[in-house]
Amino acid sequence: MDFSLNDIQSMLLDSVQKFINNDYDFDKRQSYSDSEQGFSSEVWTTFAELGWTAIPFDEEDGGIGGGPVDLMIVMEQFGRGMIVEPYLANIVLAGGVLRRVATTEQKSRWLEPLIGGELQAALAFVEPQGRYDIANVATSASKEGDDWVINGSKSVVFNGGNAGLLIVPARTSGEQSNTDGITLFAVETGADGVNIQSYKTVDGHQAADISFDGVKLPDTNRLGNVDGGFAVLDAVIDDATLAVCAEAVGIMRILTEKTVEYSKNRVQFGVPIGSFQALQHRMVDMFTACEQTYSLLVWASMTASAGGDDAKRAVSSIKYQVGTAGRKVGEEAVQLHGGMGVTWELDVAHYFKRLTAIGQILGNADLHLDRLAAG
Amino acid sequence: MDVTLTADDIAFRDEVRAFFRDEFPDDIREKQDRGIPLEREDMVRFQQLLHTKGWAGVNWPVEYGGTGWNIVQKYIFSSEMAMANAPDIVPFGLGMVGPVIYTFGNEEQKQRFLPDILASNVWWCQGYSEPGSGSDLASLKTKADRDGDEWVINGTKTWTTLGQYADWIFCLVRTSSDVARRQEGISFILVDMQSPGVTVNPIITIEGGHEVNEIHFENVRVPANNLVGEEGKGWTYGKVLLEHERTGTAGVHRSAFRLNKLREQAAKSVRGGEPLANDRNFMRKVAAVEVELKALEFTELRTLAAVSSGKAPGAESSILKFKGTEIQQAIDTLFMEAAGYYALPFVPHQFRFDYPEDEFIGEGSETTTALKYFNFRKASIYGGSNEIQRNIVAKHVLGL
Repeated sequence: MDFSLNDIQSMLLDSVQKFINNDYDFDKRQSYSDSEQGFSSEVWTTFAELGWTAIPFDEEDGGIGGGPVDLMIVMEQFGRGMIVEPYLANIVLAGGVLRRVATTEQKSRWLEPLIGGELQAALAFVEPQGRYDIANVATSASKEGDDWVINGSKSVVFNGGNAGLLIVPARTSGEQSNTDGITLFAVETGADGVNIQSYKTVDGHQAADISFDGVKLPDTNRLGNVDGGFAVLDAVIDDATLAVCAEAVGIMRILTEKTVEYSKNRVQFGVPIGSFQALQHRMVDMFTACEQTYSLLVWASMTASAGGDDAKRAVSSIKYQVGTAGRKVGEEAVQLHGGMGVTWELDVAHYFKRLTAIGQILGNADLHLDRLAAG
Repeated sequence: MDVTLTADDIAFRDEVRAFFRDEFPDDIREKQDRGIPLEREDMVRFQQLLHTKGWAGVNWPVEYGGTGWNIVQKYIFSSEMAMANAPDIVPFGLGMVGPVIYTFGNEEQKQRFLPDILASNVWWCQGYSEPGSGSDLASLKTKADRDGDEWVINGTKTWTTLGQYADWIFCLVRTSSDVARRQEGISFILVDMQSPGVTVNPIITIEGGHEVNEIHFENVRVPANNLVGEEGKGWTYGKVLLEHERTGTAGVHRSAFRLNKLREQAAKSVRGGEPLANDRNFMRKVAAVEVELKALEFTELRTLAAVSSGKAPGAESSILKFKGTEIQQAIDTLFMEAAGYYALPFVPHQFRFDYPEDEFIGEGSETTTALKYFNFRKASIYGGSNEIQRNIVAKHVLGL
């Protein structure tokens, strides 16, 4: 049992903090978010140069062999910096599939440029009817000679509008919600029959609804075993859930810090509003929520590293906590900032929106509490 | 960061587990499992058994007979003790006055008091609160006047837990009112309960039990050497004690044991009824408390890790107190809800070894669930109310 960071983790923390403090202020974030692609290519190149895009990948694949704790450290800081660059979509989601099942050839074709920062990618794991059930896959892939033909649609694909590579779960056998019978495919967005409708999301990120109309793929675009995609998808979604929870902790902490600071400076009735006990106790509860959420995050990340029996339970626990305590902290931060809290001008509003978005994705608090209740 | 236990840790865990399996007295175990209240003698016997093993002074330094365990060992011990459903160690001697004496006391006090505290030969109780001084403890009025080689104590202490069993009491008393800050005139003093002028009156609490007392001091004479540390510094000593104490009051392992028990119980059919585990609403509430508890377990571990790396347990330990008690109360509420109608019968007298089985009302300890729920409303009030804890965090952590 050890809560200290090792040397590599300390260096990683230090370098992400430096970048955010020196090169990524709120105005820049907003201008990147407002741009057509919704992030800065220059910043993304910097991430690749600093080695951050290589974190979870094996050394033989050109990665640095990092684990869940390393990702946790980076994502918490990305939360603090309100980073809009598509780290989750590229590295955790698409990269998470590639590193698990891609062949050597597939890795040199897609993973190498992904780590190098040249390729944008996305994992299209949501379907319009599927809500949070990742096994609910109606998109089909059928064999036509040696090729596969994909038909169906995916929704709210993070980074979908910028991606050169889409990883698409499609049904190759079984009923619509069966965990068996899902196969993963690599679809390059230039392919005929891929139709992408891209949009901004409320949190300043970018996503797309994508339809596949008879998209033809050679078998070399199949990722992993036929019908065996669910286990891969499930593991990647757990990684992603931990990653967004770490991001949420970063947001919760900075929102609490900003709220406390504001309450010390904002004067009403001739005194700082932070002198009112009614507000003090609410800020203590915000602080406590941050500490408790961070504790669960540490547990979940360490459990994921150790690969223990508790890993699934830990993921649901932290996501439930982020969904409930995160919402509380976000709403309280806005409330305690008064009218300013509901303006576009203030960063607090945008932190709140990102935190809210995190609550909506990868299973909301209700879903994860149901899983925990079932024991 | 690493959550796994080392081979040494696992060996230690097995040793502690074997102790509670093989050496923990069967009659005390049965009382605990059946919800029969423990007698003074049971608690003393249990603690003396720990002492024989060298495990009584969990947090004490080795030089005073403590275990010298690291945080992981303490965590394992606390967890195994809870999972064996062993009673909590009564905190007043081993957890409270002992540490104050070995930290601030003089050599004579250490030699005189510490061995008996460690061996549970002497029962201690705590004299802090007064009828007029609850949350505002520094307003306390019990005073000690110097008369030659003695202090003469007058006043009233209240909420004195298990004071009816006590041989000695440690008190915060006012030794001077001529001070700039009220906190400065307070001293920490040790009083023999047999001294003339000490009277103990029971206070019956909401569930009908006798746990707490009001203690009157009328011209009680105490040797000058019973004052611990410096005169007028008692407030500081008391605060140090409370901060250390709060790191232990989260009760996470006890709560984990009770939640496991609640899940086991919910999975069974009671009196032929449908298992409560089929009630999704109820199980969602159980799961939500489990999440809070797991979070608190790691918050406590992080705090302890900070302490073991040399930091004092700061005001953050207040979080452990108010979250820990909120969780304990939530669990009490769930047990009561699980009991349904059987929470109502007020039959505490049936929790005896010799009570005739065919007259017993309810299954297991169902009929104590409401009593526990009522009794444990105290948890968010004692040890500095949860509102006071939030004031402490607001001031000392958030700088408000």
